[in-house]
Amino acid sequence: MMVAFSFTALAAIFAALAAAPFFLGTYGIGFLLGLVGYVTLASAWALFSGPTRYVSLATVAFFGIGAYTVAVLYETLPSWLVLVVAALIGLVVALLVGLSTLRLAGVYFVIFTFGLAELIRQLVTWYEVNITGTLGRYLFVDYGPEVVYWKLLALCAVTLAIGYFIKRSRWGLALKMIGDDEVVAEHCGLPTARVKLALFAASSVIITLVGAIQAPRWTYIEPTIVFNPTISFLTLIMALLGGAGRLWGPVVGAVPLFLLFEWLSANFPDHYSIILGLLFIAIVFVLPNGVLGFFEDHWNRLRARRSAGSNEPSQDKEVG
Amino acid sequence: MMETLLDVSNLTKRFGGLTAVNELSFSLRQGEVAALLGPNGSGKTTALNMISGFQPASGGTVQLDGKRLTGKPAHWISHAGVARTFQLVRVLPSLNVEDNILAAVMFRRNPPAKEAAKEEVHRLLEDVGLAGRSGENAAALTYIDQKRMELARALASKPKLLLLDEWLAGLNPSELSIGIGLISKLNEKGITILLVEHVMDAIRALCPRAVVMNAGRKIADGATAEVLRDPEVVRAYLGGTHADT
Repeated sequence: MMVAFSFTALAAIFAALAAAPFFLGTYGIGFLLGLVGYVTLASAWALFSGPTRYVSLATVAFFGIGAYTVAVLYETLPSWLVLVVAALIGLVVALLVGLSTLRLAGVYFVIFTFGLAELIRQLVTWYEVNITGTLGRYLFVDYGPEVVYWKLLALCAVTLAIGYFIKRSRWGLALKMIGDDEVVAEHCGLPTARVKLALFAASSVIITLVGAIQAPRWTYIEPTIVFNPTISFLTLIMALLGGAGRLWGPVVGAVPLFLLFEWLSANFPDHYSIILGLLFIAIVFVLPNGVLGFFEDHWNRLRARRSAGSNEPSQDKEVG
Repeated sequence: MMETLLDVSNLTKRFGGLTAVNELSFSLRQGEVAALLGPNGSGKTTALNMISGFQPASGGTVQLDGKRLTGKPAHWISHAGVARTFQLVRVLPSLNVEDNILAAVMFRRNPPAKEAAKEEVHRLLEDVGLAGRSGENAAALTYIDQKRMELARALASKPKLLLLDEWLAGLNPSELSIGIGLISKLNEKGITILLVEHVMDAIRALCPRAVVMNAGRKIADGATAEVLRDPEVVRAYLGGTHADT
């Protein structure tokens, strides 16, 4: 009953979102597009980094790869094929990076992924300046922002569906095992290296596609725009705010933060980064488990207090 | 004469200039319970780590049922039939008791369907004395209960060979006799067991055979009572000269 109801409600929400461009102006569509973009980025990021606790700052590396692939190929290939090519490039880079870095733990992985994003940005810049002789590229497509929006919305639905099915399958358990103790996970018979690699690749391909789908929105692309590290940080902070270990966590975090960032960048363009940094610190200190985790803990404590008389063990229920 | 299950041959581990395990060789027959003894730092845990695939060997081989384990990753070795517990108990802290064991059931070779797996988890919890505790937070269990859970998790992978690294350490006398009873029951079911242990009462009660290491080398191997009287073993335990290390 509950499941059927949730699915119906979800379908209604997505239908309403899909119909929104018919009722909104250009600004409204652009706004929703940015919002759905970040929801997808944060959800894709959390797909891998949430349960495994490998904090990746490579988000913008894949995002930029997607955007640049489109900028280079959009005139020569049909748009669906450009997306396929972008996804394949993202996949190959993810596999190479994954094979070389997923043995790194903790802070080394964070630093490597941050370095990777910078490296790719510098490589693209070098190539454009020295080989093609231009820095930026123009991108004129024959479809409007609503098409970009619909593609993103579809990708967002697919990302959440993947998250849902992983959580329900034994691979959801596998990821939690990896996040808790990789040595134990291996000794339980779980091929941890392969599982991490597969999931990192899936997450990276989705992020690449977000960049590829959104690219036409800029009409002019250069490395400092599409490889801007702020994108990695925003994605990370959104997922953390909502709770990266939960299916709906990134959505819950992305929506209010996106609204806040829109407002901040419009009203305080000069102090934007300072406020962003302070917010980042505040979230990590105040809500280490995210908003959903915070409410869940309080809910469980409340229930435990109510059933203090009976000996029923309180089950930790996962959201999603 | 029973068949050989585990065959360790010239197993060696070097950490830089230190040789922690030096050409260790022994074998276990199917269904045997043996103790791996030795003073602290003699290389027992390192030997277990190499058998279970936690650490790679620097030399030598380990074979199970004639299959070579050395050089294989730990999950492969687990699928081949080796399970272990850890000297410092390792629970999966964000999972409850049931999921800690389900983890090992769902990722062993030929895992069952989820419903059957859960039933099996409940049987395992009963076997180790944790019946009805499946919803509890694993990290909040008492030390002995965490050890029980870790044992259930090791059994959940249906091992042929069980490696117990000081599983009985830190238990009070009544817990100890429960623990000894558990281990001998497992052996009756046909599981071959290798214990690294310091609790002498348990060793005498459980292990007809003992292999003794000192400074990375095997110094004795045989019937436990005789091995414990061996002058070299006595000297190793009471602190003789190991100037050659």
